[in-house]
Amino acid sequence: MTRQWTLRIAGSGLAFVAGLLAVASPSARAQDEPRVIVITAKRFEFSPNLITLARGETVKLQIKSEDVTHGLFVRPLGIDTEIVPGRVTELTVTPATAGTYRAICDHFCGAGHGGMKMTIIVRE
Amino acid sequence: MKKHLDRRRFLKIAGTSMGVGALYTVWPGLGRSAEAAELARRLGAATGERPTPFSFAQLSDAHVGFDGPVGTRALEKAVATINGLPRRPDLVLFTGDLTHDTEKPGEHAARMNLFKEISGRLQVQKIYHVPGEHDAGLDGGELFRNVFGPTSYSFDHRGVHFIGLDNVSRAKPEVGAEQRAWLAKDLSRFHQTTPIVVFTHRPLFDLRPDWEWFTSDGDDVMNLLAPYENVTVLYGHIHREDHHISGHAQHFAARSLSFAFPDPDKVEEKKAIPFDKDQPFKNLGLRLIDRTTAAGARADAIRVQDVELAMSELSGTEGFQQLTKPATF
Repeated sequence: MTRQWTLRIAGSGLAFVAGLLAVASPSARAQDEPRVIVITAKRFEFSPNLITLARGETVKLQIKSEDVTHGLFVRPLGIDTEIVPGRVTELTVTPATAGTYRAICDHFCGAGHGGMKMTIIVRE
Repeated sequence: MKKHLDRRRFLKIAGTSMGVGALYTVWPGLGRSAEAAELARRLGAATGERPTPFSFAQLSDAHVGFDGPVGTRALEKAVATINGLPRRPDLVLFTGDLTHDTEKPGEHAARMNLFKEISGRLQVQKIYHVPGEHDAGLDGGELFRNVFGPTSYSFDHRGVHFIGLDNVSRAKPEVGAEQRAWLAKDLSRFHQTTPIVVFTHRPLFDLRPDWEWFTSDGDDVMNLLAPYENVTVLYGHIHREDHHISGHAQHFAARSLSFAFPDPDKVEEKKAIPFDKDQPFKNLGLRLIDRTTAAGARADAIRVQDVELAMSELSGTEGFQQLTKPATF
């Protein structure tokens, strides 16, 4: 299997731009106070493990760990954060593109780390 | 492939794939001309040794201690296979996940020592290791360093500069600013045509980020390597073979010595390929790459060849079964 540079770069570049739009653009945020979604991480699961957002909706994720440091990583949504136990990590997200996204823990947390994931659905 | 001598192309790592890790032959296509001698002298001055033919093997993802049906058999078989080669490689590079992590007191160290005992049976000049996240993700690499030494380092061998990079012990998939600064300094003494082999655990490009098959600052690492025209990156982690090209660099993944993952382009979920008791080593394998491309060249020709890893049609087949095929090595 040979992978070509151009295809990979094109893919990751789009994802990166989408992520920037999703997280960093103040103009994309709703006027009203954003909806708050609380997510708990513990080895080796997120709870809830499925959340549904609307495209263009600004939400605030409040994430906490019940045990060790975890990560939350979703490249297309521009999410890449550490979840340190003992404090709440807050992220504001405004997804720009509808779709189903896999969120993973990207901070190695033990033998079941590879299966620690959740799903984020962004509806039109 | 014959080419006129120029600084852009010097070595070729080429040959036949035989499916657990890989065995590469580095074959400098030097003739007897003054220009070739000068190029060898110049590279030798940079690395301390002139390029001469040699081979080395890559093994990966043994996961010693993993509760799977293969156990340590694939690792042991790979060791025996390499020891049985008519021309043994000079070096063996292990690209991480030597062990499977555990938090049972003392058990991870026991697994690391078991790995060291088995791999220590390799009858080669030198064995080099970099950690995987299962070796170093929970303790920041402390156990690995106690057993094997630094998690990143470089060395020269017969005119090739080897760089072991650690993209796991910060727990996140990243190399980190400190190691990148070290890399920049390490590279700075080399000419742009110096053959460079980087070995690491995770891919240094976005192979499948939602399967954690990436390194977050992999682009920064590759930018440091970009001025160098002969770069080969060997990695593990994905438990399957893969070939990727970026700029001057070619990236190759070795198969695992424990279990295999499926093609990420064909399935959505990252689940190990089910074990087949009738073919216990299916999808595991040893990739053997030999010097076939060097054969038949005119003795007085100046053959200057790319640094690349060329996989043949045997690549991706039935692992150890391939070792029964006639070897040209």
